[in-house]
Amino acid sequence: MPVNQDAEGRSYGPFEPYEVTRVKIREFADAVDAYSGAHRDVAVAQAEGYDDLVAPTTFAVIIAQRAEFHVVTDPDVGVDFSMVVHADERFTHVRPLVAGDLISTTVHIDSIKQRAGIAMVTTRAELVDQDGAPVSTVTSTLAVREAA
Amino acid sequence: MTESTSPAFEGLEVGQTVAERALTFTRDTLVRYAGASGDFNPIHYNDVIAEEVGLPGVIAHGMLTMGSAASVVEEWAGAGNVSDFQVRFTRPIPVPNPGEAVVTVTARIGALDDDRRTARVDLTVQHGDTKVLGRAQAIVDCD
Repeated sequence: MPVNQDAEGRSYGPFEPYEVTRVKIREFADAVDAYSGAHRDVAVAQAEGYDDLVAPTTFAVIIAQRAEFHVVTDPDVGVDFSMVVHADERFTHVRPLVAGDLISTTVHIDSIKQRAGIAMVTTRAELVDQDGAPVSTVTSTLAVREAA
Repeated sequence: MTESTSPAFEGLEVGQTVAERALTFTRDTLVRYAGASGDFNPIHYNDVIAEEVGLPGVIAHGMLTMGSAASVVEEWAGAGNVSDFQVRFTRPIPVPNPGEAVVTVTARIGALDDDRRTARVDLTVQHGDTKVLGRAQAIVDCD
């Protein structure tokens, strides 16, 4: 089944807020070999001017992919997840995520482009904090091959 | 009293290499990233499924490569100072078992913005002779 072109422009969420925790920041920092003490030691993070542990640059993907899950599992969009390859990704941060943030996310299907048996699906996740202030924008394009 | 960790803008030059690192990916690395990120796509741990969808075998998460490359920039830029980072995933990185995949990351100054005091850092990310990321660019807030 091809990806449904009519899904372009749809939005999903906001979903239950994601709580950024010290434990998850440390675990993610270990997984991507981010060595800074500001990811691990609260005193170091505070000495650098942050309220709490600072998340690594791409930590927001955890939050964005939870939101994007609603797009790729929507039967009316028609993404066959076994045929998906990640094509591109971009993070634009207003400020870094820090432990204690409660992040609400809305995800938009910005474009669906079909060509030669591949649908390029671009989503944009907008992350806002508990005060409603924007924190990050995460843009992701999936290449969905259509089954032969 | 806070200590700024952002790099000094003065003295930076386009073309200058600011950070380099060789990353070593094993199946352990992939499992660790899957758990930390919540990305449990089986093509990153199950050879049978990876081959069924036409891959040469288990491949690294693109986001593991991107996240690890970000860490290389961040080691120079300081935590929290990379305000924008984009990549294209151009080639998959097969991760054998047993064995490892070595990925080299080189970060150079691509452009400087005097008004914003930001540096654009261009990354070259290679597995052997193959470039695995395209248009890999980070914006770093400088002092």
